[in-house]
Amino acid sequence: MKLRHLIDIKDFTEAEIDELIEVAKDIIDNPVKYSDKCHGKKLATLFFEPSTRTRLSFEAAMYELGGNVLGFSEAQSSSAAKGESVADTIRTVSNYADIIAMRHPKEGAPTVAATRTKVPIINAGDGGHNHPTQTLTDLLTISREKGRLTNMTIGLVGDLKFGRTVHSLINAMSRYEGIKFVLIAPEELRIPDYVKEDVLDRNGIEYVETTDLEGAMPELDVLYMTRVQKERFFNEEDYLRLKDSYILTPDKLQNAKEDLSILHPLPRVNEISTAIDDDPRAKYFTQALNGKYIRMALIIKLLEEADAFSIPGSTAERWAK
Amino acid sequence: MEIGAIRNGYVLDHIKAGMGMELYNILKLKNVDCQVALIKNAESRKMGKKDILKIGDLIDVNLDAIGFLDPNITVITIKDGELVSKTHIEMPEEIEGFVKCKNPRCITTVEQEIPHKFKLTDREKGTYRCIYCESVLKYNR
Repeated sequence: MKLRHLIDIKDFTEAEIDELIEVAKDIIDNPVKYSDKCHGKKLATLFFEPSTRTRLSFEAAMYELGGNVLGFSEAQSSSAAKGESVADTIRTVSNYADIIAMRHPKEGAPTVAATRTKVPIINAGDGGHNHPTQTLTDLLTISREKGRLTNMTIGLVGDLKFGRTVHSLINAMSRYEGIKFVLIAPEELRIPDYVKEDVLDRNGIEYVETTDLEGAMPELDVLYMTRVQKERFFNEEDYLRLKDSYILTPDKLQNAKEDLSILHPLPRVNEISTAIDDDPRAKYFTQALNGKYIRMALIIKLLEEADAFSIPGSTAERWAK
Repeated sequence: MEIGAIRNGYVLDHIKAGMGMELYNILKLKNVDCQVALIKNAESRKMGKKDILKIGDLIDVNLDAIGFLDPNITVITIKDGELVSKTHIEMPEEIEGFVKCKNPRCITTVEQEIPHKFKLTDREKGTYRCIYCESVLKYNR
């Protein structure tokens, strides 16, 4: 049996993602049922790049499943600082842990890790490339807030060029019926052609590109804001010129739907005014909480598959017993 | 201009004019001991102008590299003075080892030991993507 990893959201089928979402919802409703599921298991969190939400939500997830956590939170406190390769780090750590969540600034690092590991690898972000657990978090949030993952218009705002969460979300949502994207970005940060050609056009997904946030607002069911990320620019001048392209303030929500859901992968800098935080449509902190639940569901799934359980039925059915 | 006939070896014909040197480099022919001839801008009824590479021994030739560079190149194999085959090499599904990922953010820029590998993601356009960072391989073909 081949070891399963989550490197890219495409590694999981639509049915598997739906199943994870259902398990996460069941965890929310019945936390006690899951409080000992990972007893005796260890999660290694290998963060070669700083993070607050992702690392802490992984760790909180493992603790809430009754498991333990080891790891490092920056490359400087690991042997990477001495020049150790990702491949060797993974070979070593997979001796100590049952599952690994890793973040690395270089794109494709988790793919290298997956070739060297003895335990499941979860990509917790590799540069500007993929961040599949953020996507799962977004899907759980949309599913909980909207009660569906089909038939809606999603506005994606900000850095659509380097924004990995945006690319992954487009990939994931393109699998569902009746999805329309409104891609709102300054000219320099427009969605890359390969995302349009390989995902949107290939799957016949409806989309429009615009620079006008307020004009697009009335038709949106979900507004997904993103930060212009300093670390993705080689040139500081470009960053400074583009960082304040879109700032969401209460007046810009005047024509928005009553049941709009405002999401943001966080951290935010200034792209959402704090005046919006108390608006019932602001869901970004709920989204951060959902991140813990979906990661719990994911850890269970991957550990279960790694243990090569041969019990029939879906994960949800098995855990429900 | 005359280049002698080959007794054992290969003729790589119908190379796009100007790409012969590229093929010479990608096949690492500067490292071989046998005779190698590169003919540039040869007349061609089909192509107008073309390049031709003649390799004077049946050495191991990286066929993937030929298919990657241009599937229209004709590979003619000659044994004991006889033409034994004349084929085209399809664009391979995966290539490894002869081109590098140019994305400065790719893990291959820091992990020295891992092989540079690319997957064919669009046969029509001839698009290859790095298996690690998925960026499109930019190569002048």
